[in-house]
Amino acid sequence: MTETTENYQLDQEEYIINMGPQHPSTHGVLRFEVSLKGEMVRNIRPHCGYIHRGIEKMCEKNTYQQIIHLTDRLDYLSAHSNNELVCLTVEEALEIEVPERVKYIRTIMAELNRIASHQLWWCSMGMDMGGLTCFFYGLRDREPILDIFEETCGGRLLLSYNCPGGVMYDLHPNFQKRVKDYIKYFRKKLPEYDALLSGNIIFLERTKGLGVLTLEDAISFGVTGPTGRASGFSCDIRKTQPYSAYSKVDFKEILYTEGDTFHRYKARIDEMWESMNIIEQLIDNIPEGDYAVKMKPIIKLPAGEYYKSVETARGELGLYLISDGNKSPYRFKLRSPNFINLGALASMVKDTKIADLVAISASLDLVIPDIDR
Amino acid sequence: MTFKFLYDFSILTQAIDKAITGSMSPFWAMITEMTIIGVLILAFYAVVGLYLVYAERKVCAFMQNRVGPNRVGPWGFFQTIADLIKLLMKELIPIKAADKLLFNIAPFIVIIAGFMAIAAVPFAKGLHAVDFNIGVFYVMAVSSIGVIGILLAGWSSNNKYSLIGAMRSGAQIVSYELSVGMSLITIVILAGSMQLSTIVEGQHDLWFIFKGHVPAIIAFIVFLIAGTAETNRGPFDLAEAESELTAGFHVEYSGIKFAFFFLAEYMNMFIVASIAATVFLGGWMPFHIPGLEGFNHVMDYIPPFLWYFVKTAFVIFLMMWFKWTFPRLRIDQLLTLEWKYLLPINLFNILLMALMVLMGWYF
Amino acid sequence: MKSIIKYFADIFGGVRTLLVGMKITGKYFFSPGQIVTQQYPENRKKLVMFDRFKGELIMPHNENNEHKCTGCGICETNCPNGTIEVIPTRIETEDGKKKRILDTYVYRLGMCTFCALCVKTCPSEALAFGQDFEQAVFDRTQLTKILNKPGSTIMKGVE
Repeated sequence: MTETTENYQLDQEEYIINMGPQHPSTHGVLRFEVSLKGEMVRNIRPHCGYIHRGIEKMCEKNTYQQIIHLTDRLDYLSAHSNNELVCLTVEEALEIEVPERVKYIRTIMAELNRIASHQLWWCSMGMDMGGLTCFFYGLRDREPILDIFEETCGGRLLLSYNCPGGVMYDLHPNFQKRVKDYIKYFRKKLPEYDALLSGNIIFLERTKGLGVLTLEDAISFGVTGPTGRASGFSCDIRKTQPYSAYSKVDFKEILYTEGDTFHRYKARIDEMWESMNIIEQLIDNIPEGDYAVKMKPIIKLPAGEYYKSVETARGELGLYLISDGNKSPYRFKLRSPNFINLGALASMVKDTKIADLVAISASLDLVIPDIDR
Repeated sequence: MTFKFLYDFSILTQAIDKAITGSMSPFWAMITEMTIIGVLILAFYAVVGLYLVYAERKVCAFMQNRVGPNRVGPWGFFQTIADLIKLLMKELIPIKAADKLLFNIAPFIVIIAGFMAIAAVPFAKGLHAVDFNIGVFYVMAVSSIGVIGILLAGWSSNNKYSLIGAMRSGAQIVSYELSVGMSLITIVILAGSMQLSTIVEGQHDLWFIFKGHVPAIIAFIVFLIAGTAETNRGPFDLAEAESELTAGFHVEYSGIKFAFFFLAEYMNMFIVASIAATVFLGGWMPFHIPGLEGFNHVMDYIPPFLWYFVKTAFVIFLMMWFKWTFPRLRIDQLLTLEWKYLLPINLFNILLMALMVLMGWYF
Repeated sequence: MKSIIKYFADIFGGVRTLLVGMKITGKYFFSPGQIVTQQYPENRKKLVMFDRFKGELIMPHNENNEHKCTGCGICETNCPNGTIEVIPTRIETEDGKKKRILDTYVYRLGMCTFCALCVKTCPSEALAFGQDFEQAVFDRTQLTKILNKPGSTIMKGVE
C-alpha cells in the first residue's frame, strides 16, 4: 500500500474501476480503487475512512462505564468481545478478580457471538459468490441466537452486556435451556452449509488455490483470526493468553497451512463447530454466585499503560490504554483486526479476476466500521 | 395412425383467416392479421413476463424459508403489476456521456428478439403465428439477436461496469449458442425435420426424451445448461453479476427501460423452456404410451395448451431451482465448461444419436 | 486412459455435488411448514417482547399517578449522550424544610443508545425500559419526551 494514486504508473492497457463506497460486495462504505487489465486485477488500493466516527477520541471523554456502549459500535458483529475487552482491561488495571460465574457467562456469550458473526459472514460469502439462498439460511439460523441475546441482555446486536466488574444482569432463567436447544438445532443445520456451499463444485473451483496468503506474509502483515490461522499462523488469543474461562475448556485451535480462500472459509466453518463444543462444555457447569462485583460509581484507573487483547470473530482486538489517574482514559487506542487484515488484501488479489477479488475480500470477513472506527 | 386430435385449433384459426380475407383486399387482410397477432403476442409477452417474475419470487421465497410477496392482492398475486406501474412512473435518468441512440435502442432490440422467437412456438395444434419448415433454426437464430442488445447497452452506457458485463455476455453467448444448437440438432436427427409442428407431431407415440433414451437425455441436460447460460441467468449471470459488477450491462438504465431488460430476461427463460418442452418433452402433445390405448385416450382429453404450459413450467422450475441453489461461475470457468465439457460431449452425442437412428435403436 | 477416466470422474463428481445442493433447496421448497418469516403488522397482537427488551426509557407510575423519581440527576450524569435532562424544583414541605423534587424529566429518544446505565444506576429504581418499539415519528421534535406524567407526585417512602 505504499503506492498512491498519484505515483502509481498505469500500464497502457490498464484502467481503473472504483469499487465502492457503494458497492454490494464491499459490505459497507469501503472503497477499492482497482486497476484492471481486461478482467485481471493488476493492483488494488483500499481507501477507508468513510465511516470514521472518532470512537477512540470519544472514549477519551467518557467514563469507563460509558465507554462500553461505544465499543459495541466498532465491530458490531462481535459486540460482546469488544465490551469484554474494555472490562478485562479495567479489571486487570484495578486488580479485581471477577466471580467465576461472570467468567463463564462472558465466555459463553462470546462464543455465541462468534457463531452469530460467522453465520452472517457465511451469508455474505454465499451472496458474494452469487448463491443468494445462502444468505437466508444463515440469517434463519442466526435469529435464535439473537433471541437468546435479547432475552438476557436486552439487545440483539449491540449487547452492552458487560460492565466493569461483571455483567449488567444475571442470566435469564431460560438461558441454559435455550442455548442447549440451539446447539442441538444448529448441529443439524451446519451440515447443510457444507452441502449448499462448501461441497459445491462451482464454489470449490472458485476458491481453491486462490488468494494465497503465505505464512510469512501473514505474520509480517500481522493478519490474525481465522484468516491468519488458515495460513498456519497460530494466533488464537484464546489459546496463547487465555482470558475469562478459556483456560478451563478443551478446544482445538483451527489451523490450516494452505492459506487460500477455501481454507479461510473452512477455518470459519470449523470454528463454528469448536464454538459449539466450548459452549457445551460450559453451559451445564455455570457456577452459582454474583454476576458482578460491586464497583465504585466512578472508576479511576491507576496511572500507567495497559494492553490487553481478546479474540473476536475476526482476529486479535487489542486495546492500548494510557491512564493518567482520571475518570476517563488519557489515550484509548485500538488494534482492530479488520484494518490489519485489509492491509494484506492487496498482496492476495494480484493477478486474479474481478470475481476473485470479490471472493477473496469476502473470505477476509471485513466489517467496515471496525476499520474506520 | 389411430390417433386423433381432440383439440384442433387450426379449424378456429383457419375460420378467422377466411373471415378476414373474405371481407377485405389481400393487402389489408394481411395487415389486419399481423396486427391481431402482434397485439396478442404483445399481451401474452407482458402477462407471461410479469407472472414469471411473480413465480420466481415465490419459488425462491419458498426455497429460502420465506413467504415471498404477500401484500398486494391475495398471496401477493398483483405484486408484479404494482411493480410495473411503479417502473412506468419512474424517472428515466438521461446519461450525459451515453451514446444516446444506441442507449435508447438497446432495450428494444432485446425485447424484439424475444418477441420474434415466441412467434414460432406452437402452443397447441394450429396455434402458432408462423410455422417455418426450419423452425428450430429460426428460433435459435432469432433468440441470439438479443445479445446485440446487451452488447449495445453495455457499450453505449459509457460505464466500465456495464462494459465488462457486456463483454462477458458476448463471450458467453457466442460459446453457448454452439451447445444449444448441437443439442437441438441431436433431436432434429431423431425427428428428421426442423419444422416445430412436425417435431411435435412426431412425438405422438412417445416423447423424444423417452424415444431417444440415452442420447436424448444427455442432449436435454446439455440444452438445459446451455439454455440457462443463454438467458444470462444464475449460475451463469455473469453479465449481471450483482455482487461484482453491481448490475452489469443495465447498470445505467432506469425506469421502464430497465423493466424491458428485466422482462426480456424472463421472456428468454420462457422461450428456452418452451423450446425444451417442444423439442424434448413433446410440446402440446399429451403423454402417450404405445400399446395402452385406453390410457392414451384419457390423456387426449387434457387440453394441449395445458400440456404445453405444464411442461414449460416444469422446465422453468428447473431453471429457477438452479439459480437459487448454485453460486455464480467465473468467466474462465464458464468458458471451460463449454469448450472442455459441453462441446465434446455434444459432438459425441450427435454421433451416438446418428448411429442410433441408422440402426433403428430407438423406441 | 487415466486422463479419460479422470475426465468422466470429474463430470460425475461435479454433478453429484450440485445435486446435493439442489436436494437441500428442493427439500425446503416442498416443506412450506419451515417458513420462518414473521408477518409483522398482522401478528402485532400476539407479539410479546422479552421482558428485558430495551424499547424506550419509561418512568413507571402507579395507579395514584405517583412515580419514584427524586430528581437527584444521577441518570443525567451517567448518560453518555446527554439524552436525559432532569429539571428539579424546590418546594417547602409541611415541616418547613426545603426539598428538591422532580419538575420535568426530559428524555430525548433520538439521542439514546440504550446502554442502560440510567436504569442501572438509578438509586430509587424509578426508571425502566418499555416494550414499545414502534417509535417512528414524522418529526424529530416528537422524539423528545417528558417521562413524568402531568400532575404526578413522588411515591411515599421514596427519598
